[in-house]
Amino acid sequence: MRPINSVIEEVGSEAPLIRTFRLDRNLDPAPGQYVMVWIRGVDEIPMSFSGPDTITVQSVGEASDALFSLGAGSSIGLRGPLGNGFILRGKRILLIGGGVGTAPLAFLGEQAKMAGFEVASLLGFRSKEDLIFQDRFEALGDTIITTDDGSLGLHGRAAAGLKELNLFDYDQIYLCGPEMMMWDIISRTREHAKKTQACINRYFKCAAGICGSCCLDPEGLRICVEGPVIMADRLLESEFGRYRRGPTGGKGPCKG
Amino acid sequence: MPSLSIHAGGLQLNNPVLLAAGILGTTGASLRRAASAGAGGVVTKSVGSVPREGHPGPTIVHVECGLLNAMGLPNPSYKDFQDEIEKARVGGVPVIASIFGSSAAEFAQIARSLKADAFELNLSCPHAEKYGSELGRYPDLVESVTGAVKAAASVPVWVKLTPNTADILELGQAAQRGGADAIVAINTLKAMAIDIETGFPILGNRFGGLSGPAIKPVAVRCVYELAGRLEIPVIGVGGVSTWEDAVEMILAGASAVQVGTALLRGYGVFEEITTGLSRYLERKSLTLEELCGLAGRRRS
Repeated sequence: MRPINSVIEEVGSEAPLIRTFRLDRNLDPAPGQYVMVWIRGVDEIPMSFSGPDTITVQSVGEASDALFSLGAGSSIGLRGPLGNGFILRGKRILLIGGGVGTAPLAFLGEQAKMAGFEVASLLGFRSKEDLIFQDRFEALGDTIITTDDGSLGLHGRAAAGLKELNLFDYDQIYLCGPEMMMWDIISRTREHAKKTQACINRYFKCAAGICGSCCLDPEGLRICVEGPVIMADRLLESEFGRYRRGPTGGKGPCKG
Repeated sequence: MPSLSIHAGGLQLNNPVLLAAGILGTTGASLRRAASAGAGGVVTKSVGSVPREGHPGPTIVHVECGLLNAMGLPNPSYKDFQDEIEKARVGGVPVIASIFGSSAAEFAQIARSLKADAFELNLSCPHAEKYGSELGRYPDLVESVTGAVKAAASVPVWVKLTPNTADILELGQAAQRGGADAIVAINTLKAMAIDIETGFPILGNRFGGLSGPAIKPVAVRCVYELAGRLEIPVIGVGGVSTWEDAVEMILAGASAVQVGTALLRGYGVFEEITTGLSRYLERKSLTLEELCGLAGRRRS
C-alpha cells in the first residue's frame, strides 16, 4: 500500500504545544491503533488517533514541527491504521492517561460509553495549561485530574490519583502516556497488570514488522505490529521503563 | 523426513533457510526469536564503525510486486553491538554479522573487533552514499575488501553482491579471488516510487532497494550464473517467500537461502519453508546436495 493522500480539514489548538488535525477521511481505526503520517519532503512519523478521523499531535521535533506548519487545506500522506488497538473487556473500565497520551483514551472512552461500559478516568498533566480533553473525559464519567505543579486537581504525578481509586472495582484498565509515567503506574499496580492494556511507544521505522527497530527486550516483541497496545504483564520484566532504543538501534534512557 | 542439515560457507546449519540481513536484526532478542521460529541461521542488521540514524521516512513503500526500502544503514556501530550478537547466539544457530565500511581497512577493523560465527560483507546496499554497492560494483574493490577481511577474521567470510551491475559473475569471481567462503546473492535492486498526487518521491532518500516477489527471477538467474561458474558456495536471497521459491533457488545452485521481505507475514515463514522443502525432498527422493544446482545439470 502506497501512502494515501489526505487533506487536513481543520486544525484545532488543544494546548500550547498540542494540536488536533481533522482529516478528510475516516480510516476506521480502533482506538490505540496508529497511522504513519508522511509530511512530504520531511519525514514519516507514527501518530495515534484521537477520534475516527483525528490525530492529536504534540510538537516534539522536526517532523511534528513541520506538521504544525500545515494548515487546513494542506495535504499529508497516510499509511494505516496500523498495529493492534485496545480491546474492550468487562463492564467497568478505568482510563489512565498522561499528557498527549490521553488522546487515544478519549477516543476509546467514547466508544466504550456508546457500547454501554461504565467509564472512569485518571488523567495526569504537567500543569493546568497542558490540560487537554477535559470535557471529553468528564462527559464519560468520574474523572480525576492531577498536575505535577498542583495548578489543577491533585498535586503530583498521575500515580497520586491511584489512592482515590480501588482498582479491584474495574474489569479492565487502559493506560497511555509518557513512558516513565506509565512505568510508575504499572510498577505500583503489579497485581492488576494482567488486566491492564498499555499503549506504548518505540522508535518505528518500517511500521511493518520487518526492520526490527522497535523490538522490545527480552522477548523481541515487534511493537509496530504486535503493539502498540500490550498487556502490562508482558512489560513488567521487559526493557520498558528501563531503557529504549533510538534511531541507531543503540540503547538510551527512557524519557518522560 | 529427509535431513535438512547442511554444511555451507564454512558453517554447519540445521537447515538451509536463514534470516536475511536487515530484517529483524537490530536486536539480539529479535534474532533469537527468528532462530526459535526455525531459521537455520540468522544474519544481523549491517553494522559499521560509527553510529548512523539512517534516512528520514518514509523508509519503506509497499509496491504492487514487492517492497521498496531505504533504511540508510542505521546502526549503533560495532562497538555497541557485541551484546546483541551474544543474545542472538542463545538461539542456538549460527549468527552471521553483516558489516559495512567505506574501505578495506574499515571493514577489516570491524571484523577484527566483532565476534560472530561468520561475517557477511555488505558490498551491495544500493542506497547509502560511500557504502555498499558504491564499493561493491567494482571488482577490484570487492577483491581487496574480501582479502582484507579474510586476513583479519578467523571465521568464514561471505560476500553479499549487488545485482545493480552489468555482470554479477565478475563480482563473484572477484570475491572468490579475495578468498570468500561463500557468495550471498542478491541484495535489492535499486528502485524508486513517486507519489502521483504531489510528484514527491515517496522514500525519504528518494532511491531505495526493491525486494520481494518482483526480484526473485533476477535472483534465480544471478544464483544460476554464479553457482555454475564459481568454486565457492552461493547463498540465494531475493524474493524467497514460499518453499517452492526455496526449491527453485536451490535448483539454481544455492546451497542455502535467506528470507527477508517474506517476514512481513511473520516469523512463521521459516517453518512453512523448511516443512515444505522437507516434504518435497521426500516426495522426490532427493537429498539437499542432489537438489543443489540440478537446473545447471539439466542443460541439454
